[in-house]
Amino acid sequence: MQSKRERVKIGRERLQRVIEMCRTVEERSLDPFLVDVDEIIRVVREFFPDWEQPEDLCLDAEAINRLASVVRLQSEWVKHRSTSLYTDPFLLEEKIKRLEKEAIVEAFLGAWHPIVEFEQISFYSLKEALRYWETLPPLKDRWKEFPAPEEAGGVASREELIRLKILQDKAFTEELESFWNELKRLVAEKGEDGRIRYWDFVVAETYEETIRKAFMASFLVTYGYATLEVHPLEEEIFIKPFEKQQRRIAKKQLVSIPIAVTLEEWMKWRRGGGKA
Amino acid sequence: MSKRKAVYASKIKRAVHMLFYRRHKKPGVKGWELRKALGADYPKVLSILDEYLKPLDLQVKTVFEEEKPTSEKPTLEELDKARFYITLRGGLTPKEAKMIGWRIDDLAGLAITIAYIISKKGKAPRKEVEELLREKLPGWKVGLNIDRYIRYGYLTQDENEQLYLDWRTRAEVDQKALIDLLLSK
Repeated sequence: MQSKRERVKIGRERLQRVIEMCRTVEERSLDPFLVDVDEIIRVVREFFPDWEQPEDLCLDAEAINRLASVVRLQSEWVKHRSTSLYTDPFLLEEKIKRLEKEAIVEAFLGAWHPIVEFEQISFYSLKEALRYWETLPPLKDRWKEFPAPEEAGGVASREELIRLKILQDKAFTEELESFWNELKRLVAEKGEDGRIRYWDFVVAETYEETIRKAFMASFLVTYGYATLEVHPLEEEIFIKPFEKQQRRIAKKQLVSIPIAVTLEEWMKWRRGGGKA
Repeated sequence: MSKRKAVYASKIKRAVHMLFYRRHKKPGVKGWELRKALGADYPKVLSILDEYLKPLDLQVKTVFEEEKPTSEKPTLEELDKARFYITLRGGLTPKEAKMIGWRIDDLAGLAITIAYIISKKGKAPRKEVEELLREKLPGWKVGLNIDRYIRYGYLTQDENEQLYLDWRTRAEVDQKALIDLLLSK
């Protein structure tokens, strides 16, 4: 024998299922005759004497309301089927799939009588235009708001980087390998668990040198000499050198990690303001 | 010309100005606007105008707020709420349709969409319509086309992404003829 509490619980679940089913039929334009109205009324009637709480009575009312909507849909469905416009959607779908575009257009043109309309300045559009004109600030005020154009970004060639003293004029691989050795040496001296904080590694005496090191570090990671460990919650980035250069595994998804080396960031780290 | 004829001639001119030239955002004129401008006998003015337009292959089209059985004579109240348009009486040829800015693909898409929504009792999920259109149109075009039909007033969409027929379809498309023509192909 069910206790009253259990019965109320089961009743609530049944009503919620009824509401959900009716809502689905309504929202997804399903056949409203999928809903067995008599059965739902029987369920609602069966549990009605158990409702004592206002929430349960609301649930009961909602179920009846949803059921009423489904009954309305059933009535519309019957009306529609009895009109000359009724067509079985499946039949029509099949027909449309089989027909050539040209045949569909030909059928449509037989039933299409486009509106004849002349577009011209109307009283309405004049009124709108006048209102717009009145609220439009003069050009001299509007142009002030435009920000100064930013310099367009571009790609720096190796020669340019050498001229700017970001790169030295020696073979790039040789330079990269000596940089790798420097990283390994620093990790051995100051690092922990075979890694070092990215900023501890790249921040140098001058901003230019810092840029150069960040640039080279990006190649170390790309070419498999080192890897980055990013801890987003702690906002920490570590760089970890490999003992041997790693070959790229084709199937592995590569991820780009943008790190902005701004002048402010460099100054903050130089002053010891970064996470040291 | 008798005085009565002259009055009607002047009312017809006024009706032509109102119906041919767009006065609001949407084309067409409401019945009550015509009553205000032409007087209570505006239905008669419109019926004379319709006769004049016949040889030009044009017609005065009445679109009622709600579906109206053709056999019943509309009441003045219903006419006041209805919207009146000038539309083509006959049909266009594919070449003419192209000339007024419709590509055959877009027109076929519109025909399929309208027919499908009619068969679904005037309401169909956008996803279903998109799937159907993908049978005939390139995928990237399907969404763009539906948005275009909505913009033109052929369709409307609610927050649940359900598509309905909108004012332009009601004004321009003979829905029964469309279904019959498609099924008879």
